[in-house]
Amino acid sequence: MNLDEAASKFQEQFHVVQRTDFRDETCVELPIEQLEAACQFAKEQLGFDFLTDISSVDNFGDEPRFEVVYELYSLNSNIHLRLKARVSEDHLEVPSVVHLWPTANWHEREVYDMMGIRFSGHPDLRRILMWEGYPYYPLRKDFPLEGKPSEMPDVAFSEKAPLAGGPFVTLPSPGHIKDREPRARSAEELEDA
Amino acid sequence: MATTAPAVYDSKVEGNIIFSRLDACINWMRKNSLWPMPMGLACCAIEMMAAACARFDIARFGAEVMRFSPRQSDVMIVAGTVTYKMALAVKRIYDQMPEPKWVIAMGACASSGGMYRSYAVLQGIDRLLPVDVYVSGCPPRPEALLEGLMKLQRKIDLEKSFSDQKKERQGVLS
Repeated sequence: MNLDEAASKFQEQFHVVQRTDFRDETCVELPIEQLEAACQFAKEQLGFDFLTDISSVDNFGDEPRFEVVYELYSLNSNIHLRLKARVSEDHLEVPSVVHLWPTANWHEREVYDMMGIRFSGHPDLRRILMWEGYPYYPLRKDFPLEGKPSEMPDVAFSEKAPLAGGPFVTLPSPGHIKDREPRARSAEELEDA
Repeated sequence: MATTAPAVYDSKVEGNIIFSRLDACINWMRKNSLWPMPMGLACCAIEMMAAACARFDIARFGAEVMRFSPRQSDVMIVAGTVTYKMALAVKRIYDQMPEPKWVIAMGACASSGGMYRSYAVLQGIDRLLPVDVYVSGCPPRPEALLEGLMKLQRKIDLEKSFSDQKKERQGVLS
């Protein structure tokens, strides 16, 4: 089975919102209600036995705001397939796929930690990078890069980082290393580059 | 012609005797046997390991005993990015070290947060621990760490802990 056949089978079985083929990569967008069934179908019928990654996107200002992305891989057929589903901010709940791929456990915890998307049916939905009790979801677009102060006695604390007029970034220029090195750069400087 | 003997040399006493101050002796012993508590948190730790290996050989300065036990250590080398999640663990290990103790902040991240101006990174370990020596660099070369260690040795050499203690005790008694 090749990638095109796999994607076509999805289109037969499910109500596919959008299929994108770009540079030998295929992405299938599904409604969130069909996501769990689609994952089960992908694993049991199409042989996508390896879940490479789960990630999430914050399309701040759009509706629905969030997007979860599943990168599937079939070891037998050697093909990658990407599944996407949109999640509304009002109902931030995605079915967990831990029962299909145990590796989803930590990926879903990371998405929960960084974006605040909850996974229903997850066996142990705790934060994985930030500490338990941290009040924010730092990868959301409305969270400032310098962070927000928080305090949990005896556990952890955080303060705002001094940004000194811009984010600390490198410039993709072929110039001297001293011009490229990470330093605070203003928005205008980043636009010029 | 009359010769004068050195002031500290007493020919009536047999053997080799050197007069000195107690502070100087204690400092000399402390500074030449600084056992590090390696707190390797990021790429600076690689340079710290290099400093401990044969080419740079931190043993020349008496700091080769890198064991991951805070109980037998004198100086904590904070080498790398200190995240907020790690920060209190670093503090806890520092608290477990016996006095006297010193801290070297190795590299840009441990000194000031470095390039990581973000929600996750403590902006310098000096917000939690009293730092004695800052080593610049990203990461610093092993020579820079050795230079920092020598700076710390010079600092220890100037400490007056014993005479200060004595003054303190006299103050309590009087």
